[in-house]
Amino acid sequence: MNAITKRPSALTEAQFHYCPGCGHSVVHRLTAEVIDELNIKDRAVVVAPVGCAVFADKYFDVDSIQGPHGRGPAIATGIKRAKPDSIVFSYQGDGDLASIGMAEIVHAAARGENITVIFINNTIYGMTGGQMAPTTLVGQVATTAPKGRNEKLQGNPINVSEMLAQLKSAKYIERVSSDSAPNIIKAKKAIKKAFQNQIDGLGFSFVEVLSICPTNWGTTPLKGLDFLREKMMAQYPLGVFKDVTAANKEGK
Amino acid sequence: MSEKVLMKGNEALAEGAIRAGCRFFAGYPITPQNEVPEYMSWRQEETGGAFVQAESEVSAVNMLYGAAATGVRAMTSSSSPGVSLKQEGISYMAGADLPCLIVNIMRGGPGLGNIAGAQGDYTQATRGGGNGDYRTLVLAPFSVQELANFPKKAFELSEKYRIPAMILADGILGQMMEGMSYDFEPVDPKTLPQPAWAIGGKHADRKRNMVFSYALGEGELEKMVLKRAERYALIERDEVLYEERDTQDAEVLIVAYGISARASIAAMNMARANGVKAGLLRPITLWPFPTKRIAELSKKVKAVLCVEMSMGQMKVDVDLAVKGSCPVYLHAKPGAFFPVAEEIATAAESALNGKKDQLFSLEDLVKNAENKTYAVNNPICKEGALL
Amino acid sequence: MPKIEVNEARCKGCQLCTKACPKQCIEMSDTFSTTGYYPARLAKQDCCIGCGMCFQVCPDIAITVFR
Repeated sequence: MNAITKRPSALTEAQFHYCPGCGHSVVHRLTAEVIDELNIKDRAVVVAPVGCAVFADKYFDVDSIQGPHGRGPAIATGIKRAKPDSIVFSYQGDGDLASIGMAEIVHAAARGENITVIFINNTIYGMTGGQMAPTTLVGQVATTAPKGRNEKLQGNPINVSEMLAQLKSAKYIERVSSDSAPNIIKAKKAIKKAFQNQIDGLGFSFVEVLSICPTNWGTTPLKGLDFLREKMMAQYPLGVFKDVTAANKEGK
Repeated sequence: MSEKVLMKGNEALAEGAIRAGCRFFAGYPITPQNEVPEYMSWRQEETGGAFVQAESEVSAVNMLYGAAATGVRAMTSSSSPGVSLKQEGISYMAGADLPCLIVNIMRGGPGLGNIAGAQGDYTQATRGGGNGDYRTLVLAPFSVQELANFPKKAFELSEKYRIPAMILADGILGQMMEGMSYDFEPVDPKTLPQPAWAIGGKHADRKRNMVFSYALGEGELEKMVLKRAERYALIERDEVLYEERDTQDAEVLIVAYGISARASIAAMNMARANGVKAGLLRPITLWPFPTKRIAELSKKVKAVLCVEMSMGQMKVDVDLAVKGSCPVYLHAKPGAFFPVAEEIATAAESALNGKKDQLFSLEDLVKNAENKTYAVNNPICKEGALL
Repeated sequence: MPKIEVNEARCKGCQLCTKACPKQCIEMSDTFSTTGYYPARLAKQDCCIGCGMCFQVCPDIAITVFR
């Protein structure tokens, strides 16, 4: 009898500090598997954000840089332009990317930077303790919206994937989910494509992953899955919002 | 050695950086430094480097953070309000011990202020400027020639000590044209060693590198800060740069940097013609500051006069050096107008004679500013001028 | 016969694997692990089909699947 699963070599042995059930860990594994499969461990660079994934640099066994809140795409731009051989990915949460870092992600996409961005959307600020994020659903309770997000006061959530898909220089935008084994397998395919695009020089690739945050949602991991499927997927439908990489590849 | 040419300060600086091996530039438009990114936009491409016009100064400095982490000679430039925005990235680069170059072509402040040259960012530059306990190495050129030479010096010091370096100049230097030449051979970046700590590129032959500024384990941050402090102490011991003129027999010592030093040289000569034995110390590094030398000189002179385009920001450092050995006076020209030689000469004479009432007190400065018409006659200060 | 092994030191007891298992072979232990969680364990022998679904959903890569 043989083991048919293994810890990817692009992960260190460090124990994830994430809470039980957290989607970050799953996406870390998927990303590391993709790095292994594409054989890019010796030229991958992870840009770690501010937020729960701040220690992503401790987990990915590749070159790393940890940057200020929201600036991942700018840092990735600097690395990629200075060392085009590198395969650079910015790993960001929704507070980091959709709030303080909105300018950086929009302009990196608008410039068509040949980088990969992994965006974890769990509708809340995790590290700071459950404050309202730009992605928080209307009615969803947060520590800074104790009565639930009020559309009249705090507006509506931002659908980042749909928004970035409007930009001509963004080449591949997909939203996936980490809620079930089949969806996790699909998520990996999307992440792999987003890295392959960079290797092929096709330009800006972006994968949004819906994820649970049981701790800050005040629920259990299993009940969190229900919230993700029933509420989050209604606001954030899964799918490919943009993919012009096939045409670009043929044109090359 | 290149031939002597007439060059604008900002462009001389940009070309100086290219010749120093700078192959990454990210910036954002702001007056009066726009010639730097404009020059870089084509010159980086020509030399195989990278130029990015960022969406903001914040983004530009973070692009610099990424590029500097790969070990290339990388820089950004801006002017005062833009440099305030860059403090986030400067603090991170200081915390991650990365060499890089930040250029501040200072303009009037606070806030939007105006677009003429100023020296109001002295404290911000020399005390770190961003959050946390750190310093940046600050070089203050006073001529187009020095603007051309200092990028190389800044990169070398920055790499030697793994500390962000800043060139702190002003809009007057940036905008003026002077004869200059490049007195060093262009650096081929390929000949520069790849630092052991750098990230990026294909690297089958080494382990991974990590660039970060956090230290959350118990006592870790303290160790990091102390290690940095040890390097800072070496910089303060070994890298102080200054220029002295006529200090041998000086009775009144003028301390001024950058464009203020230019006017002070003329003032010193005027004072000497009137029998006032004036000397000049021009700090070239603002951090590390020539504290030791000023302390020595303050024991020989009767008075020290600080000339700056700010309300005594540099004087704080001079006071800390002089420690009461002799009186220290301030001749301030805030609000982006440079000091006038005649006024400095008068102030130097008054300082020497201990005549405080002739020293351009705050009251005098206010009165002069109200009475003078030069502000409205100066084309860059007219209503509707480009901001 | 396929089986899984749970690394108790890594398992945080989130229970996601119990729901992901199409055969409901996994249950939570009733004793604490050294890290203070109730770790997952294979409840029944001869139940596991080696499909790897539990591995997919496990956030902490605590499960190894043998086939």
